[in-house]
Amino acid sequence: MKFPEDLLYSESHEWLKDEGSQATIGLTDYAQSQLKDIVYVDLPEIGTEFKKGESMGVVESVKTVADVFSPITGKVVETNHTLKDSPQFINEDPYGKGWIIKMGIKDKGELKELLSSRAYQDFVSKEEE
Amino acid sequence: MNRRDTGLIQDEPLIFEQGGEGRKGYSLPRWDVAESEAKNLISPHLLREDLEGFPQLSEIDVVRHFTRLSQWNYGVDSGFYPLGSCTMKYNPKVNEEIARMSGFASLHPYTPEDLAQGALRLMYELGAFLAEITGMDGVSLQPAAGAHGELTGIRMVKACLQARGDGRKKVLVPDTAHGTNCSTSTIASYQMVEIKSNEDGVISPEKVAEQMDEEVAAIMVTNPNTLGLFEEHLAEIAEIVHRKGGFVYCDGANLNALMGIVKLGDLGVDVVHINLHKTFSTPHGGGGPGAGPVAVKKELAPYLPVPVIEKEGGVYQVNYDRPYSIGKMRAFYGNFGVILKAYAYILSMGPEGLRWASEMAVLNANYLMKRLKDHYHLPYDRPCMHECVFTDRFQEKYHVSTLDIAKRLIDYGYHPPTIYFPLVVKAALMMEPTETESKESLDGFIETMIAIAKEAEENPDLLRQAPQKVKVRRLDEVLAARKPKLRWAGDK
Amino acid sequence: MGNFARYIPHTPEDIRRMLETIGVQRVEDLFETIPMKYRPSKSLNLPEPLGEPDLLRHLQELQSPLYTSFLGGGAYHHFIPAVVPSLISRSEFYTAYTPYQPEISQGTLQSIFEYQTLMCQLTGMEVSNGSLYDGASSLAEAVLMAFRITKRKKVLLSQAIHPEYRKVIETYIDPAQQEIILIPYGKGDGRTDEKVLSDRLDETVSAVVIQNPNFFGVIENLQGIGAKTHQVGGMMIAGFSEAIAYGILAPPGKFEADIVAGEGQSLGIPLSLGGPYLGIFSTRNKHVRTMPGRLVGETVDLEGKRGFVLTLATREQHIRREKATSNICTNEGLCALMATIYLSCLGREGLREVAMMNLSKAEYAKKAVSKVKGCRQTFSGSTFNEFVMEIDGDPEKVLWEMKKEKIIGGLPLAKFYPELNRHLLVTVTEMNSKEEIDRWAEVLEKCLERA
Repeated sequence: MKFPEDLLYSESHEWLKDEGSQATIGLTDYAQSQLKDIVYVDLPEIGTEFKKGESMGVVESVKTVADVFSPITGKVVETNHTLKDSPQFINEDPYGKGWIIKMGIKDKGELKELLSSRAYQDFVSKEEE
Repeated sequence: MNRRDTGLIQDEPLIFEQGGEGRKGYSLPRWDVAESEAKNLISPHLLREDLEGFPQLSEIDVVRHFTRLSQWNYGVDSGFYPLGSCTMKYNPKVNEEIARMSGFASLHPYTPEDLAQGALRLMYELGAFLAEITGMDGVSLQPAAGAHGELTGIRMVKACLQARGDGRKKVLVPDTAHGTNCSTSTIASYQMVEIKSNEDGVISPEKVAEQMDEEVAAIMVTNPNTLGLFEEHLAEIAEIVHRKGGFVYCDGANLNALMGIVKLGDLGVDVVHINLHKTFSTPHGGGGPGAGPVAVKKELAPYLPVPVIEKEGGVYQVNYDRPYSIGKMRAFYGNFGVILKAYAYILSMGPEGLRWASEMAVLNANYLMKRLKDHYHLPYDRPCMHECVFTDRFQEKYHVSTLDIAKRLIDYGYHPPTIYFPLVVKAALMMEPTETESKESLDGFIETMIAIAKEAEENPDLLRQAPQKVKVRRLDEVLAARKPKLRWAGDK
Repeated sequence: MGNFARYIPHTPEDIRRMLETIGVQRVEDLFETIPMKYRPSKSLNLPEPLGEPDLLRHLQELQSPLYTSFLGGGAYHHFIPAVVPSLISRSEFYTAYTPYQPEISQGTLQSIFEYQTLMCQLTGMEVSNGSLYDGASSLAEAVLMAFRITKRKKVLLSQAIHPEYRKVIETYIDPAQQEIILIPYGKGDGRTDEKVLSDRLDETVSAVVIQNPNFFGVIENLQGIGAKTHQVGGMMIAGFSEAIAYGILAPPGKFEADIVAGEGQSLGIPLSLGGPYLGIFSTRNKHVRTMPGRLVGETVDLEGKRGFVLTLATREQHIRREKATSNICTNEGLCALMATIYLSCLGREGLREVAMMNLSKAEYAKKAVSKVKGCRQTFSGSTFNEFVMEIDGDPEKVLWEMKKEKIIGGLPLAKFYPELNRHLLVTVTEMNSKEEIDRWAEVLEKCLERA
């Protein structure tokens, strides 16, 4: 299971890459391993604003649906359209080709509330018990 | 191209891939009037050119096709069907004969009342039987299925509260609830609040009291619940809910455990839906039709859907004059063809027979539970009602899952039980034998399950590769969801 | 042990051995968790059980006599080929459950896939579900789906839609949040008033709903309505209650309908006092994930062999729970199978021919009744197999007289449309012979003279 060190994580299993005024967001390797084969991704409209913790869209596997919660407050600037034809990118490469949303960061302070790679790993091992 | 005769080898093409130009499989009454010229009567742009892609088959083509398809299926008449909360009991054949009687099958819904007295009497009496069995006051036979009945019931609760000027926004739903309870609440514009069951697998009054306030319109319980356990605190819970002006909705899917044993109305239930295609032996049809009548206490009776069947001076009437009714949930009166069968069943069983059915259903489930508990993990080791729930925890160490166990049962010729429901139990195997299974039938299933448990330990690949003895194996559901192909496309 | 024991196999010996295994003394002990105070002291107040022969006798007496009927209005007397009841009586079809285990349900799954295809072809749409409860609730679900997609709150309903269907739509919506506007029908042609419709169409409208043929049997002109509705960002929903009409009428898909929702009872399903029937529901591929109801999809197995499975189940209640597109679980599976078998028998030529026979017989009836004094056809719009006529007399009284001759002459409309208080809806199908129609016109004339 991968937990890249240069990313931040949420307890609802999203990862965030801080790119200055913008962030790229996706689902973690742990999340995709739980969901199994992803069949469909429902992406939000560009320009939509989300508060931290709000559901931005859903990711579906055959037998489950999972919300993608926004780890920060901000506005959607780009979504990964390749996921329409290839939702399996989230399974194959969750931190690379499987990125889901790019958002403008409204309040950089919120990033402090997210987990580091180590903290997220601990969180996941507790969940597994 | 010559097509091999596919017979029993289960390789049947679609109807669109068979037959051909000029094949005819029908006959009509004779043309005793002149054939109109459609173009002269209707604007040509409103007429269709052709029924493109429609099959052209002879009668024998149709009969062979569907006969073969039926042979790939498994019904209650084929064997044991232990699906939890589905009550796959034997469907009496005389009931099928009755539904086909022309004086019922050919009856138009707008037939004048005086010509339909027998049918109206039948519906009126079934309503009375269902009210008696559940301990309620009024019944509507209108809903077409259980979930339809649920929506009807919750809508009546809503209407009653609104009539009081009481606009409540929440509904309490236990974590063991069937998915329909949740979706029903949302469709009725209520916010769902989950109540967690306790370690005994039932809802505790304390938890309900915590969540019950004047914003809660109702609690939706299932009794017995989906763990097969009797909700022993229901009467107390009902009091808590009633005290704050709320209603108790009961999902009656598991009524098969309670007939003649206890009346839901006596436990404080205000509204309950009944699944005729479960408890009352009407066939499941491969996904319907069913019927989900709803029974209510008199407080909710004014809100029943229209029309209501009434009896006045020995004459049965269809009454639409119900000013507080929520309206209509479907056209006409209900799934009469299903209602007929349930009526016939109740008349065949009588009061002692129905009670006997519940007693034997509970006996069968407890027998199953006792004999399997040493081989499969039982999360709630307590007496069950008509169904019991196991998990795959004992088999986990062999890397064998509930899914594998279910698929291996198919190799032994059984339809698997319900899997991965209820959600409160991880990897659940929910089994409901029903009362129509004999001891030998149960013993056969039990011995098979024990054999599979042994295979899990000694030769787990047999399970992981299962089913092996069927014509199609481990169908790719991921592909079906990623690239949906939902119709034949050969005509495009 | 009563006659009912034929359904419950347990012998006293079986019971004794099972109780022993479980470890209790009596069956009664299994109900310990139920407090005694709730156990009733008396048995259920139900009639004593009947064995099969007595049951059959009792039910036979409750049957209705069969009269010559000219009733329609959402339920139609059509010929059901013997093949249909014969095949659906195969217990592997009718005693099976929902096909959740695809390996042992390929029969049901393949037939639903065939049904979905036939419904697409019939309605001219891209995707169909595996059935809903009936035409009325199907139309109501279409309205709810349009609200979900457009996020708007208003729907325009034609007043010429079946009154019971409209009542169901009213019941299904949330009046606190959603609004229905009724669009009147033209008193002359009996069609939805397009001018009023255009006037009421704006960006607050979620959907326009039109039934074709409508409740009066009149054929609506859907051309242009689709385009106008789309211009304001709304959805066009086309309903129907007489599926046989689509043997000759252009399907709603041709007129840019977004959702088609109607009744399939005409396709091989018995009248059965109003149910079980068949809710048909079809739409465009782009809306498939918001569609209610079960869906069967084609796939392959481990060895690349074609097979069928339930798919896109994440829309449904057992997975999506409170966010599901509908709460439907049990639908009308066996009725969908009846329609599939019916259409397989009739096929391309047969459906067209039976539709032409309906049209022709109705035309013959119109001609027959045009010669009867004291009645006249009400609407000028072209019709399929039903039409409205006005009579010089009290419809209830006239029908009562006709009933004495064992004819149910039509459906009085006053209770549905108070302004049509002297009007009858007359339906003629392939099952009404020329003699029956002639006699109907004759008896009608006699009864009108008397009244």
